[in-house]
Formats: sequence, structure tokens, C-alpha cells
Amino acid sequence: MTTATKFASVSDFEKGGVEVIGNDQPRRYLFSNLFDVAAKSQPWERVVVAKNLEFTIECARAEGESPWYLSGHDETVLVMEGTLAVHFVQPAVVPGGAGNGATRLSGTPSGKVMGHVRLQAGHLALLPAGAAYQIRPAGLCVVLFQSLLGAESIERWAEICQH
Amino acid sequence: MTSSVKPPVVHRDAHRSIRDPRYGYHSFEIGSFKFQRDEYFVRVTYPKGTYVVDVGNFLRAMMRDVAWGFFYGWVNFDEVFGTVNRYGTVDVFVGSYNAGYVAASTDFSECFDSATLFTCFKALLKDWTNEGYDPFAAPLETGSPYGSRHGNNDQAVDFQRELADRFVGLPGDSQPRTDARGFPVNRHFDDVPQHEPEVHAEPGFEGQLAAFNLFAYLSRSPVTWNPSVVSIVGESAYCPTSEEHILPILHGNDRVEWFLQLSDEITWQVADKATAAPRAVITMKAGDVAAMPADISHRGFSPKRSMLLVWENMTPGLEQRYASGELAPTAAEF
Ligand SMILES: [Fe+2]
Repeated sequence: MTTATKFASVSDFEKGGVEVIGNDQPRRYLFSNLFDVAAKSQPWERVVVAKNLEFTIECARAEGESPWYLSGHDETVLVMEGTLAVHFVQPAVVPGGAGNGATRLSGTPSGKVMGHVRLQAGHLALLPAGAAYQIRPAGLCVVLFQSLLGAESIERWAEICQH
Repeated sequence: MTSSVKPPVVHRDAHRSIRDPRYGYHSFEIGSFKFQRDEYFVRVTYPKGTYVVDVGNFLRAMMRDVAWGFFYGWVNFDEVFGTVNRYGTVDVFVGSYNAGYVAASTDFSECFDSATLFTCFKALLKDWTNEGYDPFAAPLETGSPYGSRHGNNDQAVDFQRELADRFVGLPGDSQPRTDARGFPVNRHFDDVPQHEPEVHAEPGFEGQLAAFNLFAYLSRSPVTWNPSVVSIVGESAYCPTSEEHILPILHGNDRVEWFLQLSDEITWQVADKATAAPRAVITMKAGDVAAMPADISHRGFSPKRSMLLVWENMTPGLEQRYASGELAPTAAEF
């Protein structure tokens, strides 16, 4: 038998879908495809593809260097397509007043270089609380952030979901 | 609590078990329920009737119920029998969430102290699982559940899933899966790249950065339909799992749960949680994302072993906020 494992990408994805029985509504299932979302996004828009109260999973078309982000809580990044590096800096000054989610910093933060990780498709990395991070993709990548709803989170359910 | 409904009687008496000389298995009694098995079937008798089910289906469902500590909400073994986790107590029911049983008043439910019921179900699972049969394994990867009692498979029944406290690979936390740790690559995932990320921490920051190959981790899962926990952000938990054949339970949600299909394909049957009436069929291919609302049950079918990221919200008391109507059953309105 053939058992080739099927992963998808921006240039090669196929959506399933919701078939309702009776009077149910597809929109209740918030059905989308993260590669479809990335295909239609601007670079580094953090589009919410899953939301559970204040918690989110955000999909980004990772193309070109990201802004520097900082969050007061842990986040994670999962690479769904491509190869990239994440660089970490311990900021000398932490901007106050930031709520949940990632905050976009203006420019490069000054502070101690903490290190970097090099990731490929399938790799999951911790974005530790309090560490500023910048993602540097090699070409077009697609990433998922495990985070909280914040200033960078974009909700466009009607555009991304079957209804 | 503003409800005037009296809290249910909680049964706290230990189970009783007697060996059945015909097949070598024990029968188990707890509360008003009696559980018996023969070579092919499980027979559950309760004050209003009898429920019969294939023993393989029953053991696969019971394995999950026990291994997950009764899980979140409803663990329906099928459209008739199951448990509801009340977090401290557990309901065992026949027909309570099946419109036909309820209409005929043949539905029945009893509430048990969680630890007492757990002890009974674990003992039953050990006694009824034969040598060579692993209820966690896909059917093509294990032996037969049938026949009279022969040997045991305590190693399989005692399998513990891996639960990271914060993130896989951090010092003192869960670790990536390797051959050396006893996690070979599954036959369906021998084409999944096994390279690990490069982690470069500067002096003074050792142990603060972490990354691992999640796809490789899943390719090495020895079991099916059994989520691990790999990362925690607040109360948000990534619970990835490898799936093959049929989810042995119909999971009835007491909160919203999300699925991200990482590889291959799963089809979900969705039913009304209260009546078992069918509501939807959802096909998820690689990259698809879908929410399971808090008012449904779902059962998955995976023709090839696939990678699924289950995403849970572990906030304590969430089940009451959905049950009371404070929170809508859906994750977002648009
Ligand atoms: Fe579920």
C-alpha cells in the first residue's frame, strides 16, 4: 500500500468542508484553511484562525523580516511551511501598559542578545515571556502563533470561514 | 448555584467483582450497574434494561475514558452508553442523551465519586484486556480482543500520555521522542523528515530557548486518538495526536474545542449532544481548521494515520459557564 504523508502549502492545498444535516449552519464550525488564509494575507498580518475566549491561534504569511514583537506571556510559533530563524533579545527597557498578546516594537530593541533558533516546516518553538523576537524567513513561510488576543490580532471570520 | 434542582446522590461504595468460570473474566458491579463480558460482547445491565456492545469497541472507548481521567465533558462509548465528567464526580448513563431512550423513559443515570469509579473501570479494563491486544493501537497494529480470558496486557493498559508542564524540551519538562526513548517512527510516517531545529542560546540564557520537531514527534506516537500536551500558554494547551481508524468515543463537548489538521485527512461525524441526532459531516484536509461547538458530540474517521492538533482551553469552571448559557456554544460570531 502507499502511505505517502500529505502536508500542504500555499501553492498546494485542498480544502475540505462542512456538510450540514438538517438545519445546522456551516458558520458554527468556523471552518477555514490556514494556507488559504496565508495566501490572502499581507506579510505579518496575524490573522486569528482559532479563538477560545481570550486565547488565540494566529496565522501569518511570513515573508520578509517580521517586526520585533514582545509579549508579557509565553507564546509559541509553529512553522507550517518554509525555513526561518527566530532571533531573541532581552530588552533593556520593557514598554509598560501592554495588554495580552504580542506587542509590535518600533525598531530593534536594545538589550542582551539571548540567541536564535533555526526552524523548518513542522518545528515548534517557544517564544518565552519577556523576550523580544524577530522572525527572519528564507522565502515565503507560513507560521502559527499560539498566543492571546491582543493589539496585533486580526479577526476576519467572514472572509476566511465557510458560511 | 441558583438552581433548585437537588444535587444527585453520589455513590461512593467500592465495586464488587466475581469471576465468571465460563470465560475466565470477572464481572463488575458498581451502584446499580453490572458489567459482564463473554468472548465477543459486553453486557451492561441497569435497573431499566440491558445494553450490549462489541467488546473491542467497548475496550477501546474504556481505554480512553480511563487514560484521560474521564476527559472534558461527555465520553459517549456510542449513541447510548457513556460517562459525563462533573469534575470530582462522574455520571454513568444509558440512553440519557439519546432521544429515543429518553422518549421511552428507558434512560438511566447514576453519579459516582470519580476515584471510586476510576478504580472499578481500571480493574475492568485490566481484567478484560487479553495478551496481544492493545486498546490504544489501530486495529491493523494489534491483535484480537475476542475469546476467553488469556493473559493480560497491563503494559498497554497502563500507558501514560506525555503532558508537558510548559514546553517540550525545556530542562525538567517533557522531551522530544526518539528511538532511544522507545518511540520508533510509525509505518505510516516513514516519509516524515526527522531533522531537529537548531537552538543557539547565548551564555547566560541556556535552557530558556526551546524548539523541537512536532511533526517528527507525532510520527513517533505509538498510540492513536490519545492527545499529548506539548505547549501551554496560560490555560491554552496544544494537544497534538496521531489518528488512525475510528475515534473510539463520541466526544461530547462541555466547552469549545478546536482541530487543526496538520497532515492527511479526517472526516468528523457531528451530532447533537443532547439527542444524538446527526448535525454535520466535516472533512478536514491538511491545513484545515475547525471549531467543535460546546453543544455537539463528534467522532473522527482517519483512513491513513494522520496528524491532528487538538487545541483545548483548560480554564477551570469553563464547563459551568457554557452549561449556564453565559457563554455561547460557538467560538465566534460573524
Ligand atoms: Fe474532542
